[in-house]
Amino acid sequence: MRAYVPSYQLTTPASLAEALALIGNEPGTWKPFAGGTDLMVLLEAGKLPHRYYVNIWPLSELRGIEIADDYVTLGALTTYTEVQDNDVLRREFPMLCQAASETGGLAIQNRGTLGGNIVNASPAADSPPALLAYDAEIELVSTAGARWIPYNGFHRGYKLMDLRPDELLARIRLPRTRADSQHYYRKVGTRKAQAISKVCFAAVARVDGGRIQDVRIALGSVAPIVLRCKATEAALLDKHFNETTVRLARETLRREITPIDDVRSTADYRLQVAANLLVDFLVNINLQNF
Amino acid sequence: MVSKTAIEFKVNGEPRKLDVFPMSRLLDVLREDLRLTGTKEGCGEGECGACTVILNGKIVNSCLVPVAQVAGAEITTIEGVADGDQLHAVQQSFIEHGGAQCGICTPGMILAAVDLLERNPQPTEADIRNGLAGNLCRCTGYMKIFESVVRACQK
Repeated sequence: MRAYVPSYQLTTPASLAEALALIGNEPGTWKPFAGGTDLMVLLEAGKLPHRYYVNIWPLSELRGIEIADDYVTLGALTTYTEVQDNDVLRREFPMLCQAASETGGLAIQNRGTLGGNIVNASPAADSPPALLAYDAEIELVSTAGARWIPYNGFHRGYKLMDLRPDELLARIRLPRTRADSQHYYRKVGTRKAQAISKVCFAAVARVDGGRIQDVRIALGSVAPIVLRCKATEAALLDKHFNETTVRLARETLRREITPIDDVRSTADYRLQVAANLLVDFLVNINLQNF
Repeated sequence: MVSKTAIEFKVNGEPRKLDVFPMSRLLDVLREDLRLTGTKEGCGEGECGACTVILNGKIVNSCLVPVAQVAGAEITTIEGVADGDQLHAVQQSFIEHGGAQCGICTPGMILAAVDLLERNPQPTEADIRNGLAGNLCRCTGYMKIFESVVRACQK
């Protein structure tokens, strides 16, 4: 049943400082509200139990994409459309752009934000696998100060995060990628557009002297959290591409992920597709280098 | 219980001032407070695009926008697409090429097409499919809609 709208507060602060004061004064009372593409769905379904929100959408402090020598830094309110429109992101972080282009339709991409995709904490979110594979770091701010932490490790369990009630996700930072890095992103859903993932796979690697280097792999929809697959990476690092490498990596990945049966797919299907995508990734980076 | 607050924004070029609950959906404010019923509700969860409007130059699902977030904004609804009695090329093309059947998806489909052609006046078929990917139609099978958009570009 639809929510009773008069019981919801959405207040607009004049600045980031004012927003932080509001959520910091009575921790847990006020929660941030950005593009609304997740929260408004819950509101309409009558499944939005929290009532008091801070409208952070107009805060310019949380917007913009900065390009520095070592890092690209994105404001938490960067939309999927803004991601796709940025030349440096298209060149160096193609998986993030692809994730943005495959999240909802254009109307969603104009409103959905990277920060929202992270703190909504869905294990089926599409940009987090790319962010994990790119070794993203995130900045959490509060009236007490700011802290940068690796994104990997931020999700502690299903919808659990290393985020205090007085903290706001402010920025996302990506170390710039090497020109010889190869990127492989694949979202598997029921249809090409407007579908939630059954499995989402993001991986980046280089091939140097016939060996796999700097390999980073992350998957969505295969565990309670979006998962960086370090054991699978270790099974591939410094290895030559051959049948044994592929077999061992597949076996490692199947042990590392823990998919479930749900409305969108089955655990068996997800295990099979995840393993197939790993092979497809390896064949693709291999073909481009031999 | 939250009280209503005053909000100002422009709809189809006209300044509007209303007392609203901040979390009211833009869709409901347009349809019920402003009686602009051309904007349709389909799914109410951002999947179908029937409630598409143009907000500060970008298409959005008006069912997913709380009205507090449109303070100071400029909004175009289907009622603002034609120039007086002169239909927009996309509207005329939908009529001529069977792009509309039951009509529920049509306002959203037309706004998405108008937005696409403003950004990209000569789209490929892939561009059209991508531009309209967030708008579902249960009648036409889409081919006549795509044809309507292609023909609108040729005008």
